[in-house]
Amino acid sequence: MTRAAKHRSSARQRNIVQRVGQTIALVGVAALLGLLVWKVAFDRDGGVAAELGRGNTVQAPSFTLERLDREGQLSIADLRGKAVVVNFWASWCLPCREEAPVLQQTYERYRDDGLVVLGVDYNDFRQDARRFMERFALTYPVVFDGKGSTAGKWGLRGVPETFFVNRSGTIVGAPIYGPVDSERNRDAYERGIALALGDAP
Amino acid sequence: MTTRLAALLATAFLFGGAPSAGAAPSPSDLEAELVCPTCKTTLDQSDAPVARRMKQIIRERLAAGATEAEIKAELVDQFGSRVLAEPPKSGFDLLAWVVPLGLAAIGAVGVGALAWGWSRRPEAEPSPPLDPLLERRVDEALDRFDG
Repeated sequence: MTRAAKHRSSARQRNIVQRVGQTIALVGVAALLGLLVWKVAFDRDGGVAAELGRGNTVQAPSFTLERLDREGQLSIADLRGKAVVVNFWASWCLPCREEAPVLQQTYERYRDDGLVVLGVDYNDFRQDARRFMERFALTYPVVFDGKGSTAGKWGLRGVPETFFVNRSGTIVGAPIYGPVDSERNRDAYERGIALALGDAP
Repeated sequence: MTTRLAALLATAFLFGGAPSAGAAPSPSDLEAELVCPTCKTTLDQSDAPVARRMKQIIRERLAAGATEAEIKAELVDQFGSRVLAEPPKSGFDLLAWVVPLGLAAIGAVGVGALAWGWSRRPEAEPSPPLDPLLERRVDEALDRFDG
């Protein structure tokens, strides 16, 4: 091989290495860009609350959590056929103390109509939550979402927050932010209960 | 050099995060290593109700003689591993440690290999000798130029 031919061949090899490097870099950049587009356009972050905000009909996300009112676990699917008031709360939350007696009253009043209040204790200590339940003599089922996975799926903004689920497992009415018995929320709470029971159009 | 750096990194990784055995943990040590689940900042920087409650429980458990590891385990049982400021070095969370260190090691090896290759690249070959006729003409031209 002449010197010139050797030179050409080694230049060609360098060229190939360069091409491969450039291609890998381009593919990497394109993949990151694709991920960004996907995240912005398709990721349904924000859970149920965000879907409801877009005006969509939403099925209650399923969950199976440890119970605090007794041994064992409870799945929201076990409550299919009942109207459910899903109330997220924590023992350290002051407005939750305000609304606890109202939720208990709702449970007692509509229980025979097939309505269940389901408390979901969130970001809390089990022993604090049990003490809270004793203090307010809560008899409705309460589950423990210590890891916050259920709160994430429901798109929780804070506690307290309350959702209404009808007998077929669809979320109805508007979620209630803050205590259900506040002046601002009282009407929405009554309406949510009626919708969940199927008594309102 | 690369191997020494890698060894140093590995040592830091293995022993850096381990709790100092023997020394009694203080609440403030633990508060810096745990995260408030509502505000996502470490406990020593948060004043959220749940953070205050966590700090109170840490103090109570330390007073009762619980170890740092026990308290952390109890809090993870309550809130999940998201309350740990550093991801645990086991299971899926181990990836958070292995991936960056692995990528750094791969990068270091790559740069080293490139540098080695460059330092070995042959010198430019000396240009072939001019033929005598040309040589003479260059000399004449130089003479005229200097002359």
